[in-house]
Amino acid sequence: MNRIALKMLMGDRAKYFGIVIGITFASFLITQQLAIFVGLMGRTIGFLSDTGQGDVWVMDSKVQFIDDIKPLQDTELYRVRGITGVQWALPIYKGLSKARLDNGNFQTCNIVGLDDATLMGGPPEMLEGKLEDLRKADGIIVDENGAIGKLAKGPKEPGGQPVPLKVGDTIELNDHRAIVVGICRVSRTFQSQPFIYTTYSRATTFAPKERKLLSFILVKAKDGQPIVELCARIRSETGLEAKTTQSFKETTVSYFMKYTGIPINFGIAVVLGFLVGTAIAGQTFYNFTLDNLKYFGALKAMGASNFTLLRMILLQSLTVGAIGYGLGVGMAAFVGFAARNTELAFLLPWQLLVITAAAVLLICALTSMLSLYKVFRLEPAIVFKS
Amino acid sequence: MTAKQATATAVTCRNVTKTYGSGDSLVHALRGIDLEVETGELLMLVGPSGCGKTTLISVVAGILDRSGGECSVFGQDFSAMSQSARTRWRGQNIGFVFQAYNLIPSLTAAENAAVPLLLNGMNMREALDRARAMLERVGLGDRAKSLPNQLSGGQMQRVAIARALIHEPRLIVCDEPTSALDHETGHKVLELLREVAVGPDRALVIVSHDQRIFDFADRIARMDDGRIAEITPPKEPIDL
Ligand SMILES: Nc1ncnc2c1ncn2[C@@H]1O[C@H](COP(=O)(O)OP(=O)(O)O)[C@@H](O)[C@H]1O
Ligand SMILES: [Mg+2]
Repeated sequence: MNRIALKMLMGDRAKYFGIVIGITFASFLITQQLAIFVGLMGRTIGFLSDTGQGDVWVMDSKVQFIDDIKPLQDTELYRVRGITGVQWALPIYKGLSKARLDNGNFQTCNIVGLDDATLMGGPPEMLEGKLEDLRKADGIIVDENGAIGKLAKGPKEPGGQPVPLKVGDTIELNDHRAIVVGICRVSRTFQSQPFIYTTYSRATTFAPKERKLLSFILVKAKDGQPIVELCARIRSETGLEAKTTQSFKETTVSYFMKYTGIPINFGIAVVLGFLVGTAIAGQTFYNFTLDNLKYFGALKAMGASNFTLLRMILLQSLTVGAIGYGLGVGMAAFVGFAARNTELAFLLPWQLLVITAAAVLLICALTSMLSLYKVFRLEPAIVFKS
Repeated sequence: MTAKQATATAVTCRNVTKTYGSGDSLVHALRGIDLEVETGELLMLVGPSGCGKTTLISVVAGILDRSGGECSVFGQDFSAMSQSARTRWRGQNIGFVFQAYNLIPSLTAAENAAVPLLLNGMNMREALDRARAMLERVGLGDRAKSLPNQLSGGQMQRVAIARALIHEPRLIVCDEPTSALDHETGHKVLELLREVAVGPDRALVIVSHDQRIFDFADRIARMDDGRIAEITPPKEPIDL
């Protein structure tokens, strides 16, 4: 009876497309909104993902997320180095500074200062130049998007294209000269400000005058040293907070989840997509069932058990579900692909596909429930009513 | 007339009653029906509209529960069977022809005719082969791939007859099979039913209020207000 069920379903083109469109709409909206949400959340931890060389981040105990800088005393670095189980501990400066562009405008940039000796914690990928070039006088490494975009120089002739910042160019950071010695690629971050890497000591000269400048201490554990244990030891011996990279990521994401309207916003869009999709698909599917009620009645009279009818209706709803899911997820993936090099945050991990699939299954279940109820209660005697 | 030597009782009704609704809206549709239908015969159930014909064949075919009395079909009492057993039994032993044909619009003639076999668990290919053969027998061998909306009313009723016969049921019930057809087409459909549906092991019950086809019956049960008023042979039995 499977073929019969499918032919019944597709026999009414208009309704069939209506149901598919409803489910497509829902699965597209759910996937796309969740992917942007996951993408945005991923951006909040872009810097942490890029800086993976250490095991533990040491910070002030009041720090709530990666961009929440509460500087430490420089002496803390030496205390941490003295703790058992620490292989190395290096300073990282992370702060904002104003770059003065050659057209006179100012652009706020993320400045990352790396340990002068080891340059540990640098960008994940160099496109031009080498990390070691930071040792040249006044050297900085600028991220690709910043170099092409917000830090680009004004067009040569009026109305022309801006000229990207190149190796050898000079910019002014907080009244200090800086020379571009390399271009790197970094993960996009939430605020989308350019990233500038330099040495720790130079970064502190770019920074606004402050008493304390040490943002984080990046710690590598000795081989065989359990990391969680090391974090606990650092906490108890210094009174500072120590987190693994993973747990710092989680802290950061949950900060954004808790203190910004972002999750609610996307949550509403997802729920709306789900409800509208369910309403369209459910109502059309129910109408389809009503249209076919006399045939279902005839099938019942001719010996179709409730189990057979259940299978037919579930097959019908799962078929439109599968088609709508494929189309919706496909469209969402296409949107993500088309926007891959833009500022749009879009991440489609497989878990999202599972979540959307579960939502579509739920829509199918809700959709067929009404129809099943109607068909189960149908008296086969209606077949003789003209 | 078909050979009657080996007849057996197909349907036995004793004092069958059926009421619809309750209280003020109580309707006595059947007020004590006594009826026997033999295998090999074509019984026509006639009477004015609202007298209970449809109700009676619905009870006999096991798609409606009676309110009282005894009724068995080939020795089976539906009220003693579970819902699912009754559905299965119906699917194997009863063929239906409806006034409104009830062919599924998106299925071809052959697929429609094959439905009872599919419901009995036969695979599609074999069921379609048999359906085509059955369509051949009702004179629609060349329309197996047609959709219902490509067929005339008479052709649709032939497909419905093929569907009612395909699983070789022992009882066939038809409710007003000709009332949607013009006289000549209705006549042809009845001719066809007599020709292909009547058999020594099978009983046929046809509900009609169309005087012009009464001649096709072996016996006529005339109903009035929920009772069988009389059972008679047709006035001028036609020579077959
Ligand atoms: N489902 C129902 N609910 C209430 N009354 C019904 C129902 N079906 C039939 N009746 C009533 O039962 C009586 C017999 O109906 P029916 O068997 O359809 O007669 P016929 O087929 O001879 O026209 C009529 O009075 C009809 O109104
Ligand atoms: Mg009737």
